[in-house]
Amino acid sequence: MDKQNRKGWLYLLPALIFLGLFLVYPLVDVMIYSAEEGFNFASQTHRGVGLGNFSYVLRDPYFLQAVKNTFILVIITVPVSTGLALLISLGLSSIRKLRELYQTVYFLPYVTNTLAVGLVFMILFKKTPYTDGLANLVLSWFGAGPVDFIDGPYWAKMLVLCVYTVWIVSPFKILILTSALASVNPLYYSAARIDGTPKWRVFTRITLPMISPTVFYLVITGFIGAFKAYSDAVALFGVDLNAAGMNTIVGYVYDMLYGDSGGYPSYASAAAMILFAIVLTITCINLLVSRKHVHYS
Amino acid sequence: MKVTLQHLTKKFPSRSKRDLREVVAVNDFCFEIPDGKLIGLLGPSGCGKSTTLNLLSGLQEPTSGKIFFGEDDVTNLPPEHRGVGLVFQNYALYPHLTVLQNIRFPLENRKGKDKLTKEQMNEKALEAAKLVQIEGLLERKPSELSGGQQQRVAIARALVKMPRILLLDEPLSNLDARLRLQTREEIRRIQRSTGITTVFVTHDQEEAMSISDLIVVMKEGVVQQIGKPQEVYDNPVNLFVAKFLGTPPINVFSARIEGEKLYIGENAVLSLPGMADREVVAAVRPEGFVPREDGELLCQMDRVEVMGRDISVVCRNEAFQGEVIRAIVGSEHLEHTHRDTIRFHLKEGKLFLFDVDDGSRIRF
Repeated sequence: MDKQNRKGWLYLLPALIFLGLFLVYPLVDVMIYSAEEGFNFASQTHRGVGLGNFSYVLRDPYFLQAVKNTFILVIITVPVSTGLALLISLGLSSIRKLRELYQTVYFLPYVTNTLAVGLVFMILFKKTPYTDGLANLVLSWFGAGPVDFIDGPYWAKMLVLCVYTVWIVSPFKILILTSALASVNPLYYSAARIDGTPKWRVFTRITLPMISPTVFYLVITGFIGAFKAYSDAVALFGVDLNAAGMNTIVGYVYDMLYGDSGGYPSYASAAAMILFAIVLTITCINLLVSRKHVHYS
Repeated sequence: MKVTLQHLTKKFPSRSKRDLREVVAVNDFCFEIPDGKLIGLLGPSGCGKSTTLNLLSGLQEPTSGKIFFGEDDVTNLPPEHRGVGLVFQNYALYPHLTVLQNIRFPLENRKGKDKLTKEQMNEKALEAAKLVQIEGLLERKPSELSGGQQQRVAIARALVKMPRILLLDEPLSNLDARLRLQTREEIRRIQRSTGITTVFVTHDQEEAMSISDLIVVMKEGVVQQIGKPQEVYDNPVNLFVAKFLGTPPINVFSARIEGEKLYIGENAVLSLPGMADREVVAAVRPEGFVPREDGELLCQMDRVEVMGRDISVVCRNEAFQGEVIRAIVGSEHLEHTHRDTIRFHLKEGKLFLFDVDDGSRIRF
């Protein structure tokens, strides 16, 4: 190793130490935990090494429920929030009056505390002995009976969770998409106008391909973020998510570590590894799909 | 297609609260573009030539005045119904589409009875590509093409829909010098072979002069002169036009008429019978200087730049407005340049007189 090389490593050392300590070590530790069967938290010993933790987790009905919930959440909220954000940012970039006001309004949820928003949603949707809530009031106008969205049927709770998640994640996407739309050279639109291109075709053939890298970025991070959902469910349904049937994978990991039934880092690690595998697979699929549809200039 | 502009005016509202003046980009432009001609709109930046082009394309609406394509009043027609082809300065090729897809794009927009099958579209696109000689590049993306090739694709895209008129915005400014020369011949050839009335905008007078049938010289939104390139060069209506056309530029002197003679400094260079005494501006084209032992204008030699066929004599005179005089003379005059001073005879047809105040031409 020559002097130049040694110097380089020296400069990298602080970053490497921190990354190693707080990123690589925990990652490896999780892998090790997930393979240690019968781990005893008190004595810090384990019985053997194998896939036992995985088979336990995969048979746990709470985990399966959490996986189901997470997948429904992902499949609904990612397309809906991205599409909605695209619509809103298209609207924002086509108006001039009050544009800044609307931009601020649409961005507000992003800087609002998740739990505070959860409280507001509870008030909107919760049915109490005194009131049916605002959502039920609207429903009653259409002759639909009151539904308890917070403690009621599964689909009602899932609906609230999805609406809530879309509401929380859209602002960031709107912000990013608005700037992506603004960065498209207006000359392309002039050229399209001269050629008599209908609006819808301008959108599908020019605008969308031009902002496709941004849309792709939002879809990927949207998937990853939705798979890691947890605090949203807590904000709406409280900490005992298993009882509410609204647990998510990350919620399951947390419960296994610190919940009332907790103290099982091995199971938590196994669940985390499964989540990691799912996210990795989905991201790879995304990358493969994007090759054909994303245009980098 | 004949194009008529009637009192065309475009004003832009003031940009800021501090400056409330509105900007008149095009001021009362009247012109009839004959069918099938190549017109060069020429002027320094900010003279309104690009605005005029945008008014023709319909991307901007005139404040007042009318535009006719043939007999049709298109003044309030949106661009998509005007049937114009526009080549943008930086080409505006869609980067994510191949050359073929780019050229085909305008055809794909057609609806109803004009709708074409894919085969027809490809056929027309190929035809346009052949016209600009890029038929070998159809599957490439714009980023894989040179500037000149992109330019050709842009022209093909504008031509494929058989526009009534073709508009080119600074078509050569993004090309290097050699390519520029080649491409301007190319534009001329394409224009001739299609016979489409073409208007192009440029700030490069050489470019405009070399390929246009007619040039329109503009300044601050006002048309200064319209005419065949040679006519405008030989007979400028004012000092601005005289200065704007020609490389090297025309040489401008402070001069005066005294006793029916034109004086540049102390040298009486021309007799002007019947002209009253007054201060004037005298401008001499570089090729208007003839070195002669008995020449009327005395100048101090600075240096000589040899260009082969001609030489450029760089010299000074106190009455000259500017740094140095540039005279283009035949290389046989090299011997005249070995002394400290040089005497020139001025060719009458290459010397113009202008009013000191408004720069208008004084005929003699």
